Amino acid sequence: MNQPDPVFEAPWHAQVFALTVHLHERGLFTWPDWATGFGATLARHGLERELNGGDDYFNAWLETLETVLREAGKADAVQVEAVRAAWEEAYLSTPHGQPVRLAD
Amino acid sequence: MPHDHSDHDHPHALLPPEPALRVKALETILTEKGLIDPAALDEIIDTYQNKIGPQNGARVVAKMWSDPAFRAAMLSDPMPLLEEMGFYGRQGEHMVIVENTPEVHNVVVCTLCSCYPWPLLGIPPGWYKSDAYRSRVVREPRKVLAEFGLDLPEGKSVRVWDSTAEIRYLVVPERPEGTEGMSEEELVALVTRDSMIGTGLAQEPGA
Repeated sequence: MNQPDPVFEAPWHAQVFALTVHLHERGLFTWPDWATGFGATLARHGLERELNGGDDYFNAWLETLETVLREAGKADAVQVEAVRAAWEEAYLSTPHGQPVRLAD
Repeated sequence: MPHDHSDHDHPHALLPPEPALRVKALETILTEKGLIDPAALDEIIDTYQNKIGPQNGARVVAKMWSDPAFRAAMLSDPMPLLEEMGFYGRQGEHMVIVENTPEVHNVVVCTLCSCYPWPLLGIPPGWYKSDAYRSRVVREPRKVLAEFGLDLPEGKSVRVWDSTAEIRYLVVPERPEGTEGMSEEELVALVTRDSMIGTGLAQEPGA
């Protein structure tokens, strides 16, 4: 039998999926509302070119989640960018093989 | 091209792609605010990576093939039975079972995004989420199915079901010829993921 395809092509696909499912279960949004927003993002991204079901799909997913969180007042764009940059810095300054942690 | 570039030694930890860093940023912010439990995220990933998948749907199909009373009940009101089997929950709350016959072949899509019966089939494959499949299978189903290697006879009609955030579909493929003596357990192995989406058929025994 053939080896089945991995469920998620990249670890971050799994992470953003799980984060969204968890936030939904905590009541931050309904699933039909999520599907409507996500569908709109996919449609917008898909105007320029045909999207694949991997990175393109999860990029649209992530953008939708960022929008939902921003509109709900849970994570604004400036804050997200600052923490993203802090993670980047943490990766670049951590010796290979060591666990990567955010500086306090 | 220079070949003495020694970047592959990675003096620092390997930098994840940009979107991965944005996801980490969201996790950090939401964890600090107490809005998420990181352990719950790991459990969700483990569930869909290791525990839930098309084997669940295959058990339902094999049971429908083997047990006429179960089949009839599934076609009219599947939810109580699915709950009983434990195939219930996230994105499987309202299932509709559509059965292939010699006259009709069913195929499922989500034109809006990628709605899919998680408790029965797990996470959808990449092609199910692609624009190519989502936009084309409604317009030219026979052509798309042919690209999956599924050439339907001319007399057979194709019905395309568009999933929504509320309603999810499971296709019951036709039971293959030559399986009359097979047990339910043996039948499970013939039911592929694609056959339950409608882009494939159940496997022939011994194939």
